[in-house]
Amino acid sequence: MGSTAPTEVERPSSDVRPDLPWLTIVWNDPVNLMSYVTYVFQTVFGYPRQKAEKLMMDVHHKGKAVVASGTREEMERDVQILHSYGLWATVQQDR
Amino acid sequence: MSTGFQATGDGVAVQLDAGEVSILRSLVSQVLGLVEPGATGDDPLERALGIGSAAPSADPVLARLFPSAYSDDEDAAQEFRRYTEATLRDAKRADATTLLETAAPGLLTLTAEQGQAWLRALNDVRLALGVRLEVTEEVHEEIASMSEDDPRYPAYVTYDWLTYLQDTLVRALW
Repeated sequence: MGSTAPTEVERPSSDVRPDLPWLTIVWNDPVNLMSYVTYVFQTVFGYPRQKAEKLMMDVHHKGKAVVASGTREEMERDVQILHSYGLWATVQQDR
Repeated sequence: MSTGFQATGDGVAVQLDAGEVSILRSLVSQVLGLVEPGATGDDPLERALGIGSAAPSADPVLARLFPSAYSDDEDAAQEFRRYTEATLRDAKRADATTLLETAAPGLLTLTAEQGQAWLRALNDVRLALGVRLEVTEEVHEEIASMSEDDPRYPAYVTYDWLTYLQDTLVRALW
């Protein structure tokens, strides 16, 4: 067995871990109505009214909320639909 | 001012006068003009494939209508924009066109599907106006305390009316 120390495996430049889920995040903005945002969450995700309202209140009071999680492709699809409704939505990996 | 949207059996209805229809048409046409130019690239193959520009718009209104999908990864944001912006542009154009084709003075009845297109088109107009007017969440209170001589007053009143119209439409569609 050689005595040299094992070569340090070069770590990827980003700290992205493939096993972590991706998230769809909706951000607060001063234009979108509370009623409209709730309606969009119900329509796009099929969430019951109560859940949609809670997410809307989280966006309103905390500035943002995670509204869905899944694969990167699924989250990008969600974000594209949310953009068609004019919501300010982004994708990021959970960490 | 109209009484806003009401639910009908299978859609929604609203009473609008000629002046209101004219304001709606004018604002929606302006948004359509903004959305229209098709920032799709100059490469004919890319155009045919619906691949567009990767860069976000320098115009704050367009930047709001076509937001970045990644807040912490510029490369991913550009890639996403390249492949999705043309589709989003088409969707916004279709919604605006539906509104322009159906808006008429008198009692206006819309199917639920048309009502949804109106909902998104009204939201795009409010987003555009909201960015230009730099509205805050206290916009309704601001208008209440604003002098009618304030040069911003007419635009704020229009914004407030659109807010009312959209809110009644959401509730009528629910």
